[in-house]
Amino acid sequence: MITFMNNSDSEEEPCNERTSLMSAESPPVPSYQDGLQASEAGEAQAHRKRRTGSSRSPNNIADGETSDTGVPVRESATSENEEEELTLKYGAKHVIMLFVPVTLCMIVVVATIKSVRFYTEKNGQLIYTPFSEDTPSVGQRLLNSVLNTIIMISVIVVMTVFLVLLYKYRCYKFIHGWLILSSLMLLFLFTYIYLGEVLKTYNVAMDYPTLFLVIWNFGAVGMICIHWKGPLQLQQAYLIMISALMALVFIKYLPEWSAWVILGAISIYDLMAVLCPKGPLRMLVETAQERNEPIFPALIYSSAMMWTVGMAKPDTPARRPSQQTRDAAEDGREDHGSPSHADSQMSETRSPVPTRPITSLDELEEEERGVKLGLGDFIFYSVLVGKAAATASGDWNTTLACFVAILIGLCLTLLLLAVFKKALPALPISITFGLVFYFSTDNLVRPFMDTLASHQLYI
Amino acid sequence: AFFWLVSLLLSSLIWFIAVKASDSRDVPLQKGLLIFGVMFSVLLQETFRFLYYKLLRKAIEGLVALSEDGCSPISIQQMAYVAGVGFGLMSGAFSMINLLADALGPGTVGIHGDSQLYFLTSAFMTMVLIFLHTFWGILFFHGCEHRRWWEITAVVVMHLAVSGSTFCNPLYVGSLVPSYILMAVAAAWAYLLSGGSAQNLRRFLLCK
Repeated sequence: MITFMNNSDSEEEPCNERTSLMSAESPPVPSYQDGLQASEAGEAQAHRKRRTGSSRSPNNIADGETSDTGVPVRESATSENEEEELTLKYGAKHVIMLFVPVTLCMIVVVATIKSVRFYTEKNGQLIYTPFSEDTPSVGQRLLNSVLNTIIMISVIVVMTVFLVLLYKYRCYKFIHGWLILSSLMLLFLFTYIYLGEVLKTYNVAMDYPTLFLVIWNFGAVGMICIHWKGPLQLQQAYLIMISALMALVFIKYLPEWSAWVILGAISIYDLMAVLCPKGPLRMLVETAQERNEPIFPALIYSSAMMWTVGMAKPDTPARRPSQQTRDAAEDGREDHGSPSHADSQMSETRSPVPTRPITSLDELEEEERGVKLGLGDFIFYSVLVGKAAATASGDWNTTLACFVAILIGLCLTLLLLAVFKKALPALPISITFGLVFYFSTDNLVRPFMDTLASHQLYI
Repeated sequence: AFFWLVSLLLSSLIWFIAVKASDSRDVPLQKGLLIFGVMFSVLLQETFRFLYYKLLRKAIEGLVALSEDGCSPISIQQMAYVAGVGFGLMSGAFSMINLLADALGPGTVGIHGDSQLYFLTSAFMTMVLIFLHTFWGILFFHGCEHRRWWEITAVVVMHLAVSGSTFCNPLYVGSLVPSYILMAVAAAWAYLLSGGSAQNLRRFLLCK
């Protein structure tokens, strides 16, 4: 059996990434003076981070009054009702802001799965899932998949705890290096493989110099965008692309039953790690909040335009008010997942792009609040939909049903986020819906619809 | 869309159980079961439309309570339209998408003696169903709002009629023509209920 040996940790990293919806208020981080902060952003892919977001700003006046921002949080002035209304008003916008990237990622994954044969061929398994599923009996196969799941989940737990410990003991350089290495591998190696397979499928010839140029540019711009500064949309696009690449790798290398059991187990783990008081991700978020640092922007997809992130350079005090964390503080819905690096860079990129020059605090109340979703969430949603597309007897109905189920789960999670106002795991509800719909659609709806279609009956 | 999907799920569950419990070689029985499945599915869809109406009602009450000036940012008519469109899109997607995927590949339509207009009529049927779902959404919600039960029963009866007419396929005259007529009726009805009138229409067409 050929196993895919990863030469870096990045393979695990994606596994470790966990998304949690964070209720925003990422502590605005004034202390970006050391470059170490920036490194946090990188590693996200593999790490699941759960960030427990603080709840809405009115309740977190203390958070808002960080000295660095220098902007006193005046949330207390707004009544609870107004906050609620603002929440609901922006709620729909946030939901849409998250629907679009999740949909895009899924579309890319499904399109690739349906067209490129490579990702549905079985060419070995990862070392994290050593047990094969080619066993003669059903019981043995089930046992193997459960064992694979246990191994995978424990790897993820270990990596997450390791990351939390590193963060706690301020080993920022190490985290930074790790994140950079993993995103390097994703951006260069996986893109090269992907491009190669796509070109093979469509029988397009490309010479090596062109290939080198394309991949070099793609990778270099990606590294800069994700770990440093870049236009928001480009960064979002890169995050979506790397999530899709990671999801494709999972779809290819995870055996079937193991994939489903892993999806289920991951959502349970997600639930526990975010909500239990001793969960690693919750501790991560709380530590970050205590230190008033944004959490690993590199692992988070953020959709906000004007949410405040700590200023990376303190020498722009004029812009500070406009980027206050008030937004972050008021952010009711943050799902964290994207690389934390983005945070530091985001503030940089935000500053030169004020859509409205905001100078007073009061105006900040109306700023757009962003939502943050962890990249791990993207990856696992796409894995579910991709597996549905790959293995559901060539049926598009199943894929569509899973897609709708995941989006509805995301909506519900965001609703809960608005209600509870703290970081929430984004995986459980969506994955549960997705799994339920996948199995039921594949087994129950498909024969029904096929029979209806063959008689051309309409319901 | 999600609600339609759930109703589809439940109805296929019922049908599946019925099929498994019955003799699969008995063709008329299977056909009968299929018809039963279709009718039951239609009823379930309308039930879920009603449940969705209840849910949206609660949501509107919540929004009204929270808003500053006592009216919600989105009206029940808009919600009715959106609900109808959602149902329609989901039903259309589920009907057509496998067909479209197969249409991309090689093949000949109707090679075994079936109708050659299969794709075309499927497309038209799907289109009429999507429109109908949208209009039914508006009519249904309006009926629920104003407690006019006859409107609701009219919607259910129309849906049953359209589904029933598809049993005439491949005699497409029997299914497409009544469906389009019903769609025109439903369109006019929904338009009038939403506040339109012949005058508005004339003004719109003459670009005044």
